[in-house]
Amino acid sequence: MKDIKEILKERILVLDGAMGTMLQRYKFQEEDFRGERFKEWEHPLQGNNDLLSLTQPEAIADVHRKYFAAGADIVETNTFSGTTIAMADYHMEDLVYELNYESARIAKKVADEFTKKEPNKPRFVAGSIGPTNKTASMSPDVNDPGYRAISFDELRIAYKLQVEALLDGGSDLLLVETIFDTLNAKAALFAIEEVKEERNIDVPIMVSGTITDASGRTLSGQTAEAFLISISHIPILSVGFNCALGASQLVPHLEVLATKSEHAVSAHPNAGLPNAFGEYDETPDQMAEQIREYVEKGLVNIVGGCCGTTPEHITAIAKVVKDFKPRQFPVLQ
Amino acid sequence: MSGKNEQRFLKLSGLEPLIVTPETNFINVGERTNVAGSKMFLRLIKEEKFEEALVVAREQVENGAQVIDINMDDGLIDGKEAMVKFLNLVIAEPDISRVPIMIDSSKWEIIEAGLQVVQGKCVVNSISLKEGEEQFMHQAKLIKRYGAAVIVMAFDEVGQADNYERRIEIAKRSYDVLVDKVGFAPEDIIFDLNIFPVATGMDEHKLNALDFIKATKWVRENLPYASVSGGVSNVSFSFRGNNPVREAMHSVFLYHAIKAGMNMGIVNPSMLEVYDDIPKDLLERVEDVILNRRDDATERLLDFAESVVGKTKESKIDLSWREEPLQNRITRALVKGIDQYIVEDVEQARQEADKPIEVIEGNLMTGMNVVGDLFGSGKMFLPQVVKSARVMKKAVAYLLPYIEEEKLLNPQEGDSDNAGKILMATVKGDVHDIGKNIVGVVLACNNYEIVDLGVMVPPEKIIAAAIEHNVDIIGLSGLITPSLDEMVHLAKEMERKNFKIPLLIGGATTSKAHTAVKIDTQYKEAVVHVNDASRAVTVVGDLLQKETSLGYKKRIKEDYDVFRTKFLNRSSSKTYKTIAAARRNKFKIDWSKSEIFKPNKLGIQVIEDLDLNLLVPYIDWTPFFRSWELHGKYPAILTDDVVGAQATELFADAQKMLKQIISNKQLKAKGIFGLFPANTINEDDINVSLSAVKGREEEGYIFRTLRQQLQKREGVADYALSDFIAPKESGREDYIGCFCVSTGFGTAELAGQYEKDLDDYNSILVKALADRLAEAFAEYLHKEVRMKHWGYADNEDLSTEELIHESYKGIRPAPGYPACPDHLEKLTIWDILKVKETIGVELTDSLAMWPAASVSGYYFGNPEARYFGLGKIKEDQVKDFAERKGIDFEKAERWLSPNIVDA
Repeated sequence: MKDIKEILKERILVLDGAMGTMLQRYKFQEEDFRGERFKEWEHPLQGNNDLLSLTQPEAIADVHRKYFAAGADIVETNTFSGTTIAMADYHMEDLVYELNYESARIAKKVADEFTKKEPNKPRFVAGSIGPTNKTASMSPDVNDPGYRAISFDELRIAYKLQVEALLDGGSDLLLVETIFDTLNAKAALFAIEEVKEERNIDVPIMVSGTITDASGRTLSGQTAEAFLISISHIPILSVGFNCALGASQLVPHLEVLATKSEHAVSAHPNAGLPNAFGEYDETPDQMAEQIREYVEKGLVNIVGGCCGTTPEHITAIAKVVKDFKPRQFPVLQ
Repeated sequence: MSGKNEQRFLKLSGLEPLIVTPETNFINVGERTNVAGSKMFLRLIKEEKFEEALVVAREQVENGAQVIDINMDDGLIDGKEAMVKFLNLVIAEPDISRVPIMIDSSKWEIIEAGLQVVQGKCVVNSISLKEGEEQFMHQAKLIKRYGAAVIVMAFDEVGQADNYERRIEIAKRSYDVLVDKVGFAPEDIIFDLNIFPVATGMDEHKLNALDFIKATKWVRENLPYASVSGGVSNVSFSFRGNNPVREAMHSVFLYHAIKAGMNMGIVNPSMLEVYDDIPKDLLERVEDVILNRRDDATERLLDFAESVVGKTKESKIDLSWREEPLQNRITRALVKGIDQYIVEDVEQARQEADKPIEVIEGNLMTGMNVVGDLFGSGKMFLPQVVKSARVMKKAVAYLLPYIEEEKLLNPQEGDSDNAGKILMATVKGDVHDIGKNIVGVVLACNNYEIVDLGVMVPPEKIIAAAIEHNVDIIGLSGLITPSLDEMVHLAKEMERKNFKIPLLIGGATTSKAHTAVKIDTQYKEAVVHVNDASRAVTVVGDLLQKETSLGYKKRIKEDYDVFRTKFLNRSSSKTYKTIAAARRNKFKIDWSKSEIFKPNKLGIQVIEDLDLNLLVPYIDWTPFFRSWELHGKYPAILTDDVVGAQATELFADAQKMLKQIISNKQLKAKGIFGLFPANTINEDDINVSLSAVKGREEEGYIFRTLRQQLQKREGVADYALSDFIAPKESGREDYIGCFCVSTGFGTAELAGQYEKDLDDYNSILVKALADRLAEAFAEYLHKEVRMKHWGYADNEDLSTEELIHESYKGIRPAPGYPACPDHLEKLTIWDILKVKETIGVELTDSLAMWPAASVSGYYFGNPEARYFGLGKIKEDQVKDFAERKGIDFEKAERWLSPNIVDA
């Protein structure tokens, strides 16, 4: 299979769209989340999307399949909340390895099907590493700004387990994403480096932050450039932004990365900003038009979708970007 | 598209980016948030006033610091906890955390803890090759992984670089290791090439600035993308007190250093003259010095410097002040501590006054108030105040007979109306009184009457004396840990006897925490922890002045209540393992390979009367200055901006006194030590055999050691001293030593003489010097043992500085100190060596040594033996320890209580 670094020099790669949006279409109920295996689980499980990799694996494989068919080069594993920290909500800390392993295995199997059919367009699996539900450099208590609900070491240990399972399950890349606190991401990167060293392997890493609002900063207060500097100590494949904003609002921040970064630049925005009902209603064509601005300006190397995006959005995006040259960036070692 | 290499700038980040490019010229690092550099910041952190400490950080950023250096290295604070706590608060303040942070510590664990709480790209300050390449690489690798840049000190296994060649040699080697072996990004390397003072008058310092500048140029030309930094104010130390010259020196130095490529540094912006505004003649002379352009550059600048300040240095015997009015003369005598003319002046004042008492209440108190104000505002230092007190006492002594006479003439009036009566005592079992005496003197200066009961005062006596003298306050002092219990006991007694007066607590082992938690709760009235003399004056004033008394007492009670609640509730994240688990993780020496050196001479040896001259080179002066509340390292303290002048004067007095003591043989140095076969048994005990001691061949003793239990990073052992001695099972005979030395014989007599002459200054000086000599004796004897009697280090040749930094092989831990805080083990040493019978050093009830200027401890010779701090231990070990020692659990608990984890 051709090295992803080589392919990145030749064309713009397409990332998949939202997993959650697609799963909503299945209208899974509590018993569907539980399946046979977790029938007797003492805590409610509805909403634990990561668990569906174990209880509804066909649905997960099917979503991956749809995105690959829509033209995605990379799909993300169904593991956004796959850490002991996030799984504590469901008391499923002990299942974390299995969840990640299985999710990666499912995605890899589908990817291999497609690569076999189209050897000139190899498909990749990115192990998705979410931010967890705790922040290492912000206090959840406004009256006690010095308090921290989680430590670097706790995060590092949790991430390490997730990384090991994602790699064992067959992930080609790792994607540290939706970073709203850079310190959490640094703990994830630290864990990845540990695993790389222990196994003596190299694995391409994608890093994607989240600019939360019009202030142009991450939730933990960093500007785009400060964020970039803070995660550049580790050899990474790409850096980018996802979530929170729609494609058009992301432009100025992507411009910063495009000028300052030595790495590939990625973007997977939401389908616009949520409407009054919390739904994303930017149509595939509208979104693809916004993305056209990215590629016309030469801002990105990898592009896809986050909340509210569907295979139809990805089809439209893939169609737009295929005629454009990727952003130039210094040759990777 | 620009190539990758052109982009290789040092990039840092807080909430916002900081990129060091050729255009940014010079990055100014703020260092007000450094406990070693700012007294105020140190105080705020010590008192846990983190909110106020944040203000210091904010002001720095507002005043233009582009990076803030944060340092919590101080013996009296938990550096790691303070670093994390302060950083967490800084991160929550966007107007501070917008700039990158420099995490500054000499302790790796503090650096690492800091790196774990900051999201931006920091600078670590600093690492070096000092401890060898392996540790250097390990730390660099982790720094890289945490995503920080690093300051590398020009320091290696041999020492600190102090010339051009050494600077570039170390820089080159460090750079190569970092870039080639660790894979560190070269743009993330910043060299601190050591800025040292020039114009010191010493030839070897002439090139200090020039070598730095040349080395900077070399680094920038030969080590691609690396930066150069340094602390600029060092360069002008010899001109402290002359700011125009210092400012010019800083500007000139920076001008040339920046031209050579220095692109970062610590500079106080208010101590910087604009280069172009420096008068031409001054500029020329400063440049001559910085660039070492003429042989007589220093002398020329010195001459010129006097004209710059506009006044020449005070002539040594300038007696013009004698022409001034009487009150000015008295005030000056008190402020300057000159006792030569005081009797004459006081006599004149007496003749002019209606009653002799008015001289005290008027003239003398006016002068002492000036002293108090100057001291309170930090413009006078402790040794000066003690000298002032000497003048005051002399004046009062002269007046007393006249006052008595006046009383006989007019019995109703004339009683001196002092501000209050204060009882001072060092508690039972404790012999240390330097701090107590200093506080007593300073309070006496402020017109309080002091009832000093001395040392080792039993509680009944304190209670009785307090009643008899009808005192207004009781002040207790103590230096060793068992004294804490004595203080608690006395508080209980005061409560039982229904006392109404405040209780003051001070001394090295005391703390606000202990006072609030253990003492304050025993006594309904005010209890205040006071640890320095300047605060003692304000506290006593607040307690005794009618207007403030009630309110202050109420406030202090509330303050301690709040503090106590906070202290007890603070969520300490520390966890401890069981003693069994700690033993499994003991420090493991490979006894099949470890070199065991059999001492040249086993058995006990006595040193009857050592020549004190031998000890002088071994004196560590830094603690001497600390005992006078002058903080800083010797010899740098002598040229310190703030306390330098005072330190120099005190040092001169100390040298004079030392000479006198030595030539008149006023103190006697006696010591005893022994080296014995020994093996570790049952994990934590050391079995000592006296087989080599004539007539005592059958005797055996056991030292009980204590083991660390704090949960630590994986791979770090849980130490006990017994780990450094081969266990019985190894089948190898190992050895241990123990010793006691004293230079205290004669101290009490000599100090007593001075006290009789109303000279507290010299009395305290004698005691402080005796302490230093005892420590020097311990250092000297340890060296003799290493090189001769044990002999495992017969080729060792270390400087005093290296000795103080304990660069030698083997250790000499002392019972009561961090590695073995259990004082009870002293009894075993006393039994083995027969210390009391042979050299006369005794142990008090609290196991303090008497005379006070004594040191005792063990010798461990294994090359892997190292100092460590026991830290806190759990109840399981206390129980085990009590059983091993054959004492009650309660007794063990009482002696170990400062080290037991609060349940």
